[in-house]
Amino acid sequence: MLIRVKLSRLGETQWYEYAVRFMLGGVMTILAGLIAKLFGPIAGGLFLAFPAIFPASATLVEKHERRRKEKVGLRGTQRGRDAAALDAAGATVGSFGLAAFGGVIWLVVPTNVPVAFFGATAAWALVAAAAWWIRRVSRRMR
Amino acid sequence: MIAEYILRFVIGGVAVSIFAVLSDIFRPKSFAGLFGAAPSIALATLGLTVWNQGSGYAAIEGRSMIIGALAFGFYSVVTCQLIKRLHIHSLASTILAGIAWFSCAFLVAWLLLS
Repeated sequence: MLIRVKLSRLGETQWYEYAVRFMLGGVMTILAGLIAKLFGPIAGGLFLAFPAIFPASATLVEKHERRRKEKVGLRGTQRGRDAAALDAAGATVGSFGLAAFGGVIWLVVPTNVPVAFFGATAAWALVAAAAWWIRRVSRRMR
Repeated sequence: MIAEYILRFVIGGVAVSIFAVLSDIFRPKSFAGLFGAAPSIALATLGLTVWNQGSGYAAIEGRSMIIGALAFGFYSVVTCQLIKRLHIHSLASTILAGIAWFSCAFLVAWLLLS
């Protein structure tokens, strides 16, 4: 199957790792609001796409992959870094979806707020998934 | 005022946690990485912005978010290259690549929006 869901992976994340991501998300949301208040909506908007959570996520991906390999007696350092690099590659593709989200908000929010939020979230999901699929197909054709 | 910041903190924390859990459970890893660029902060912030400042203000934020998102793309390319080619630890790479995000975001915003 092309895309899989592995619920067992949830057990690999420690409670404090969830707490760190929750805290970072909360702090970044406050900061984004403060930046908009202090410097205006142009600077504030930039920080809606600031990679605040990404360092923590990439580090966790590397750590979990390294642990998994070390459990079976393999050296996991390289595999951990490969996993973090793949995560970053996925985020590159996902950034197109993030841009689409911003674009729909920009164009639709002045006329209809609920439609803008639903439309922007749908645009993010569709554009990100389509970009991921195109990247995957083009890499296979090479 | 304090209540608004607490609300922001909780909504932001929940939004980021939901996308982080999605990123944990999806495979392959490149697909899970899409959730690293999810609009979690934007979803948490823009609703409150519309409520407090109006939809016109939120629209301006949405417009500059496009530039921020493209800077995010550049940032993750730089991160990927630092890890793969220079073999730098992922935490150090993601922090170093922050320079790429700041320079790209503010340069493009200055060129296009000033």
